[in-house]
Amino acid sequence: MPIDYLPVFLMVAVVVALSAFILTLSRLIRPHNPYPEKNRPYECGVDHVGEASAGLFKVQYFVIAILFVVFDVETMFLFPWAVVLQDMGLFGYIEMFVFIVLLLVGFAYAWIKGALEWVS
Amino acid sequence: MDLTQIKASVLLSGPEIIVILGGCVVLMLSLVPRPGQGGLLAGLSLVMIALAAGMSATLGQAPQSAYQGMFVIDGIATYFKLLLYLGTALTVLISGSYLRGEHTDKGEYYVLLLFALSGAMIMVSGTDLLIIYIGIELQALSIYVLVGFLTTNTRSNEAALKYVILGAFSSGLLLFGLSLFYGLTGTTQLAAMATALGDANAQDPLLILATLFLLAGLLFKVGAVPFHMWLPDIYEGAPSPVTGFMSTVGKVAAFAVVLRLLMQDLTTLAPIWWGSVAAVAVLTMGVGSLAALVQTNIKRMLAYSSIAHGGFLLLGLLAGGSDGLSSVMLYLLVFTLMNLGLFAVIVLLNQGADRGEPIWDFSGFAKTHPGLALITLVFLLSLAGIPPTGGFFAKFYVLVALIDSGQVALAVVAVLFSAVSAWFYLRIIMLMYMDDTDHPAKILMTPALRVALAVTLIGTVLTGVLPAMFLDVAQAAARAGLG
Repeated sequence: MPIDYLPVFLMVAVVVALSAFILTLSRLIRPHNPYPEKNRPYECGVDHVGEASAGLFKVQYFVIAILFVVFDVETMFLFPWAVVLQDMGLFGYIEMFVFIVLLLVGFAYAWIKGALEWVS
Repeated sequence: MDLTQIKASVLLSGPEIIVILGGCVVLMLSLVPRPGQGGLLAGLSLVMIALAAGMSATLGQAPQSAYQGMFVIDGIATYFKLLLYLGTALTVLISGSYLRGEHTDKGEYYVLLLFALSGAMIMVSGTDLLIIYIGIELQALSIYVLVGFLTTNTRSNEAALKYVILGAFSSGLLLFGLSLFYGLTGTTQLAAMATALGDANAQDPLLILATLFLLAGLLFKVGAVPFHMWLPDIYEGAPSPVTGFMSTVGKVAAFAVVLRLLMQDLTTLAPIWWGSVAAVAVLTMGVGSLAALVQTNIKRMLAYSSIAHGGFLLLGLLAGGSDGLSSVMLYLLVFTLMNLGLFAVIVLLNQGADRGEPIWDFSGFAKTHPGLALITLVFLLSLAGIPPTGGFFAKFYVLVALIDSGQVALAVVAVLFSAVSAWFYLRIIMLMYMDDTDHPAKILMTPALRVALAVTLIGTVLTGVLPAMFLDVAQAAARAGLG
C-alpha cells in the first residue's frame, strides 16, 4: 500500500525543510565577507598550484583515496555484520576475522611500502 | 552453519586457502629486500602450488558441496584445478630469467600470480553466480597488474589500460546477464536456478536476453569472435610469461566456467545458445586462422592462434555430453602444455633488449641452436595439430565427439580452418630450418627454464603417444562431474 510509505515521505519532507531552514537562517545572521583566499578550492591546507584538470597532480591523493575506500568498505561491512551477528553465529564471527586479517595484510604492505608517507 | 559444516567447508576449500595464505606470506616476505629474493619467492610460490595440488588430489572426484551450496569439489573442478596448478607452476618457472632480464624482479609478481591462481580456482569451483563472478574479478584484477608489470614500458602500460577498460566492459555485460537470471529465478545458486528453469519456456524473451548477455560476457572472457579485439593488443604488450599465463590459465578458467554453466547446470538453456555458439565457433576459427597468417610478431600471432584454438574448444561445447566435455578438458591440457612450452622458448629469445618478438628472430635458429629448434618444432607441430603430437589428438577427439553428435558440417569446417592455421606455424618452422641469420640469438639457459621446457616437451609428446590414457582421465573426471 502506498500509505505504508508515508513515514518515508515525512522523512524526506523533514530533511528538505530542515536544510532549507538552516541555510536560510545562516544566510540571514552570518557576516558576508568573501575575499580571493576564501574562495579558493579547499586543498586540505596545501597551497594549490594551477588546476588539477590541467596537468599533473600528486599521486599521494590517489593512494590515500584508495586506502580510504578500503577501510570505508570495511566499516560499511562491519555495521550490518554487528547487527546480524546473533543470527550468523560462530561462522559469521570467524568470517569477519578472516576478512579483517586479509585487510590488515594489505594495510601492512601499504604501510611498509610507504604509501602513508607524504613526500612533498 | 554449525562447527562440523564449517570444518567440512574449510577442508574442501583447502587448496584455495593454501594458495591465498601463500600469496599473503610471499607478499610479506617481498617487503624485506635481500639478494636472491626473486628465486626464494619463486621457490616458495612453487611449494605453495605443490601443497595445494597435493590437497586437491586427495579431495577426490565425487561431488561434494561446501559453503551451503556455493562451492563444489567434483571431478571437473579437481581436473581443472590440477591444470591451473600446472600452468601457474610453469609460468613461475619461465618468469625468473625474464624478470631479471627486464630488471623488474619484484616479489609482487609472484604474489599476483598466486592471487590470479586463487581467483581461477574459485571460478572453477564456484556453483553460485556471485562466487563465480568474484573469482573472475580476483583473477582479472591480478592479471591487469601483471600485464602492466613493466612499468617503464609504454606497450605494457597501454595493454594494461586497454585490458582494464575492456575487462570492466565485459564484466558489465556478464553482471547484467546474471542480474536478469536472478530476476527470473530468484536465486544465484546454480542448482536452484536449474530447478527453477526446469520447465522454463525457451521462447521467453527475457530468458533469451539473459542467456545472450551471459553468453556475451563469457565469450568476452574466452576471447571468441566478435569479442576478441582485446586479445592481440594485450598479448603483444604484456610481458611474455604473463602472456603465456593469460593464454593458458586464464583460458582454462574461463572455459571451466563456460562448461560448468552451459553443460553441467543450465542445460535447459541449450536451445537458446546452441545456434549462436555454433556461429561464434565458426567465426572464431575463421578470424583466428586467417588473421594469424599476416602477423609478423610472434606474440600477436600466438594471440590469433589462441583465438582459433578457442573456436575449436567451443566445438566441444556444441558436441555436448560427457564426450564433448572430456574432449574439451583434454584439449585444454594439451593446449596448456604446448602453448607454455612455446612461451618458454619466446622468453629465451626475448633476452637482451627487445629481441625475440618479430618472427624473423627465429631465422637460422636450427643452425645456431639445433636442440632448442627441435623442441620448438615439436611445440609448433603440436599447435598445428600434426601427429604424433598431443595437439593432433586434442583436435581429433573434439572432432570425434562432434561427429558422434551428428554435426558433420561443423567438423568439416573445423578441419578446413585447421589446415589454414597450419600455415603460420609451418612458416616459423621454415624460418628456423631454411633461413640463415647474421644475428644469432643469445640464449641464456637457466635450470628453471630447463625444467619448464622438459615438462612441456614430455607432456606434449606423451599426450601424442598415449592419448587414450589422458582421455580416460578426462572422461572419468567428466563423468564424475556430470553425475
